[in-house]
Amino acid sequence: MNNNHSQRSFFFNVDWVTVFLYLIFCTIGWFNIHAAVFDEKHPSFIDSNTHYGKQFIYIIAGVVVGMIILLLESRFIATLAPVFYVVTTLLLIVVLVIGKNVGGNQAWINIGGGFRLQPSEFAKFSTCLLLARYLSSVNIKVTEVKSFFIAAAIILFPMILIKLQPDDGSTLVFCSLIFVLYREGLSPYFLVTIGTMITLFITSQIYNEYYIMIIIVIIGAIIAYANKRNRQAIFKTIAVVAVCVGFVFIAKPLYNHGLKQHQRARIDVVLGITTDSHGVGYNQNQSKIAIGSGRLWGKGYLKGTQTKYAFVPEQSTDFIFCTIGEEWGFAGSVVVLGLYLFLLLRIIFIAERQRAPFSRIYAYGVASVLFFHVVINIAMAIGVMPVIGIPLPFISYGGSSLLSFTILLFVLIKLDSNRMGIV
Amino acid sequence: MNKFFERRYVVTGIFIVIIITLLARLFYIQIVDDRYTLYANSNVRRTQIVYPARGPILDRKGRVLVQNEPIYDVNVNPKEVRAFDTVAFCKMLGIDKAGFDKRLAKAIKYSPNKESPFEKQLPVEMYAALQEKLFEFPGFYVQPRTVRAYPDSVAAQFLGFIGEATPRDIKRSNGYYRLGDYIGVTGVEKSYEEVLRGQRGVKVQMVDSRGIPKGSYANGALDTVARSGERLTSSLDIEIQKLGEKLMKDKLGSIVAIEPSTGEILCYVSSPTYDPNLMVGRERGNNSAKMYNDPYKPFFTRPIQAYYPPGSSFKPLSALVALQEGLITPQTTYNCPGYYMAGNVKVKCTHVHGVVNLSNAIAGSCNGFFDMVFEKLMNARGPRNTTPSFVDWRNKVNKFGLGAKLGVDIPNEGRGNVPTALHYDNIYHPGRWRSSTIISLAIGQGELEATPMQLANIECTIANHGFFYKPHLIKGIGDKDIIKDEYTQKNYVGIDPQYFEPVIDGMQNVVEGNNGYATARRSRIPGIIMCGKTGTAQNPHGKNHSLFVAYAPRENPKIAIAVVVENSGDGGNYAAPIASFIVEKYLKGMITKRESGITVDEFANMNLLPDLALYQHDLQRERRRDSIRAVKADSIKKFKADSMKKATQLKSAKNNKPGSWGNLFAGRGKGK
Repeated sequence: MNNNHSQRSFFFNVDWVTVFLYLIFCTIGWFNIHAAVFDEKHPSFIDSNTHYGKQFIYIIAGVVVGMIILLLESRFIATLAPVFYVVTTLLLIVVLVIGKNVGGNQAWINIGGGFRLQPSEFAKFSTCLLLARYLSSVNIKVTEVKSFFIAAAIILFPMILIKLQPDDGSTLVFCSLIFVLYREGLSPYFLVTIGTMITLFITSQIYNEYYIMIIIVIIGAIIAYANKRNRQAIFKTIAVVAVCVGFVFIAKPLYNHGLKQHQRARIDVVLGITTDSHGVGYNQNQSKIAIGSGRLWGKGYLKGTQTKYAFVPEQSTDFIFCTIGEEWGFAGSVVVLGLYLFLLLRIIFIAERQRAPFSRIYAYGVASVLFFHVVINIAMAIGVMPVIGIPLPFISYGGSSLLSFTILLFVLIKLDSNRMGIV
Repeated sequence: MNKFFERRYVVTGIFIVIIITLLARLFYIQIVDDRYTLYANSNVRRTQIVYPARGPILDRKGRVLVQNEPIYDVNVNPKEVRAFDTVAFCKMLGIDKAGFDKRLAKAIKYSPNKESPFEKQLPVEMYAALQEKLFEFPGFYVQPRTVRAYPDSVAAQFLGFIGEATPRDIKRSNGYYRLGDYIGVTGVEKSYEEVLRGQRGVKVQMVDSRGIPKGSYANGALDTVARSGERLTSSLDIEIQKLGEKLMKDKLGSIVAIEPSTGEILCYVSSPTYDPNLMVGRERGNNSAKMYNDPYKPFFTRPIQAYYPPGSSFKPLSALVALQEGLITPQTTYNCPGYYMAGNVKVKCTHVHGVVNLSNAIAGSCNGFFDMVFEKLMNARGPRNTTPSFVDWRNKVNKFGLGAKLGVDIPNEGRGNVPTALHYDNIYHPGRWRSSTIISLAIGQGELEATPMQLANIECTIANHGFFYKPHLIKGIGDKDIIKDEYTQKNYVGIDPQYFEPVIDGMQNVVEGNNGYATARRSRIPGIIMCGKTGTAQNPHGKNHSLFVAYAPRENPKIAIAVVVENSGDGGNYAAPIASFIVEKYLKGMITKRESGITVDEFANMNLLPDLALYQHDLQRERRRDSIRAVKADSIKKFKADSMKKATQLKSAKNNKPGSWGNLFAGRGKGK
């Protein structure tokens, strides 16, 4: 039955809500890029001399690519997962050799015609795909050590290659796939441990280690007291407290020696350890000013002074949210973040209606990657996270990022349209 | 569905919580915290001050004393400075690299992200060269301004000069002035600052991140137009001012000439003077230091700051007071044996005058006659009751404007000195001093001291037969002849008009007399009757100061004058001829040949500068006196603090002063 339907129409069972959201995001991006790099000499939206003109081409290309994906067979996509993975991995190696260095990262391959390819963007897709393929295989369970390590290896391998570029932002994106592993059965302690480590790491940079130690010990004592009849629990608590305290004391040396100077500087600015609104903190400070000065309703389209007069560098790419915040105000911010949340919840909804684990796992991968991009990008723009250069999905200027997100999303839509099948 | 199905809620929950956290943060910075709007404005707005042209100052006939000339200041905004060709830049400004670094460091110290002065007062040629290349030097801007220019280089002490506002000025102005602004420092520039400075305008521009202007902000909603300073018309006559400065070249002293019928000051010479153009431009610092160190003190405004004993020039006043008291009549005589016996004290007279009446005593400057007059005044209430008579005399002398500031519209006027009874009580013990003790006051010596302005003012009073207008230098502001009310009020000195004639007769004879005692006969002006009085102010440290006071013509007086030539001897020798030239020039517009053969050039070329070694001594004395005055001022302050009521009264009086200018403007506004 289903087969017959899908043969009858390419668009059978397509989740139009998601497609519609995709188009809205592309439009928001296009308009805001127009505002961000508005050039009086080239006012037209489709003038290909400008970023907004180029972005229009990318959007068209994205829609075409999306159509093509919808024409493919779901089975075909699943089968080719390892191939995609191998190809992007090879590209990640190639980029290290012949890549073009832009802004300190050797992340681009020139493909002629003035266009550049960023393999790391596509690696996200292929990694999600291969992870889904692996975890959906028969007899594979994340809870088993061997499977877990293989899954982790699938994630880590491209991470290492990207780290060599060294594109920290894109590297970190892969960490978001922990949500996928969690959904597929990874112990929640992993999430808790990671959350705790991050918290301890940050707090120990700001506050005195001894105060943190005292607080940890007090919390530990309360937990131990609550479980005072359970000797094992008490021992466990003591062990955890000991590890935590140890971590607190190595956090600072780790921070000082494990991170590069520019990374530390960016983090220091966010943590308020240093204020340098002219040097390393300039971007973020100006970005905050742009967003903060938007107030409730914003300054209006093409009327943002911070935007118009180029106070925020990289405003069409990583700092595109400034334009939204300044020209559309808190209202615009709420709309954009609301739409993202809606998209993420929709993807989770889609994931959970899949019969095939492959599709579900892949969907969680898509949600995780998108979520990570959105949160890090906006958090960075409003100064609650250090500057990590990753694009805002579908909105930031850039062909590679738009195309890779398009592929990521449309493959999900394709798989979903076949949700009754087993892949 | 699998067994981990419910974990979707955990993931969903994490997504929702984190996104709401971001929204909360956005809510904070976009709605709650309004600093960012300010930051954005300060990013994008650049407020440029539009400096109004300072008001020009004209002489009484509309000739320019000071006007404006364009110059250009270079400002720097350290935030916007990027790497550029410093060598070329320094060359253009005529500075070296060290100077560049010093200036930039100063600007950064002032504010790292606000514009402040970098180099000042570039001449037009330098500006033209710089303007072309300015785009190569990011962060540097040129601010057009005007500076003062003095076409005739005269009346320096009258006009005063402007200078950069000091931190104290800035503080006192409640932020009106900013670093690098100019403000009147001395002279008319200071006393009429509020009128001359005009009203600053601002132009708010939008700039991009590189500081490139992108048009006016909000269509100029925040812009204000600069309003030029008012034009001031002074009462000075540039012709006689020039002549006066010429005559006083290489001499110390001053000339003050006043129009008796109005109180307008016609001539205001302080010598040595200086070229006011030296206090303008890039060399100003050097020039001003040089002049400051000049032992003859060109910055010392002698007409209102130097104190001289009036000497014999005081005699007409003495006579007037006694006539009014009824203690003498014009017919009162004294038989001068060449001295006067004040009790047991023998006071010398200049000559053996024989029998002299009042007019002759003035003409012949008989000390004996005036010692007698003074004794009569002091002993009016009995020879042992001197104090009340002295107090009475002092009050009468005060009425002529001695011993207090006249209220000239120039800052730092001195009050001169008329000793008080207390002063003598302190020296001699109360009640233990008599007329003979203070007899030197009779002939304008002793502790009596007056400024040339006060001396000239006495002549105005005599010319007017009993009243004077407060002398002033500014007779019109803008297009209207507005001066403060106080300058149009007659100040009566309490002497009835009929008493003046005999005194004036004597004064006429000082110049016109033929009896050999006419001390200023060399200074006769053909066709003009000048009434005057010579004086010789005793100077213990060198030659006496030559004084001459006069007014002319006798009928319908047009000019009253006081001339002091320091260290030059008798009044008739130098001061009187100089005065006569000024008077003649003013009344006739030219100088005619004199009977006595004296010429302007002869006096202009005389060098009467005192020996520096002796002069330094005088200066030291002066400084001591200044410090004593400062101590007095302190004690006055303490007194103020003691009495709350008085303090507030004083305060309101103080507040009224600038307020009167405000009223002036208000009045003008209504008029329109």
